[in-house]
Amino acid sequence: MVLAAADRAAVRALWLKLGSNVGVYTTEALERTFLAFPSTKTYFLQLDLSPGSAQVRDHGQKVADALTLAVDNLDDLPGALSALRELHAHKLRVDPVSFKLLAHCLLVTLARHYPGDFSPAMQASLDKFLSHVISALAPNCR
Amino acid sequence: MVHFTAEEKKAVASLWARVNVEEAGGESLGRLLIVYPWTQRFFDSFGNLCSESAIMGNPKVKAHGRKVLTTFGNAIKHMDDLKGTFAHLSELHCDKLHVDPENFRLLGNMILIVLASHFSKEFTPQMQAAWQKLTDAVANALAHKYH
Repeated sequence: MVLAAADRAAVRALWLKLGSNVGVYTTEALERTFLAFPSTKTYFLQLDLSPGSAQVRDHGQKVADALTLAVDNLDDLPGALSALRELHAHKLRVDPVSFKLLAHCLLVTLARHYPGDFSPAMQASLDKFLSHVISALAPNCR
Repeated sequence: MVHFTAEEKKAVASLWARVNVEEAGGESLGRLLIVYPWTQRFFDSFGNLCSESAIMGNPKVKAHGRKVLTTFGNAIKHMDDLKGTFAHLSELHCDKLHVDPENFRLLGNMILIVLASHFSKEFTPQMQAAWQKLTDAVANALAHKYH
């Protein structure tokens, strides 16, 4: 399953605009996820999850780098994200619902910081992009 | 039963007081119909839903969005008894309208996104957590009478 051309263009354009700030927004999205959906904290028992935590910031940057990798490889998300799939699906065994919760919080974060850019069409493109990323992270053998 | 702390109730009420129900309601429903196009299945009588501009400009979408968000305002007055408050609407959505309750969760998330875009400063992670709890609880209350 491949993202439509219009959606790709929209996501790439937004990513250019976010520039080097992607990590700031993914970190905020993580903080929102932990607060709004406390069950997600069960995957981070080893991290300091207090507000402003450097460890959450580090993890936020990892998520940002992964999403940027995804944006740069929209032609082959499963290929580009195979190592991350191995990690999340097979080693960490994260319930895929948790990714949806993080995706929702990322949309809230971007709507907050870029209200002028967050048209319904943009939201739809981002939502589809994140769904594709989540699919690419799902276990491929069950 | 969901319990809201005094801080959560205060946070929700303080933001609610500033919401333009007509605008926010229409926008939330419009976004639902655009981002999750299958939700249009419940609105065949609404006329033109062919494009983003058609949906966002559709007067029936705006009117229904306002109606839905006004009911939400009622929820905020009765946060300690959402199941009771929404019992009748739950029966209506199950028996007459046949709406999959998953759609209530999706619409709740659209409301949050609209609030985030209109109230950047106020929509902190703590504010979102309080509102998320409310929208999830309303969705559950609306699903409660399903059989």
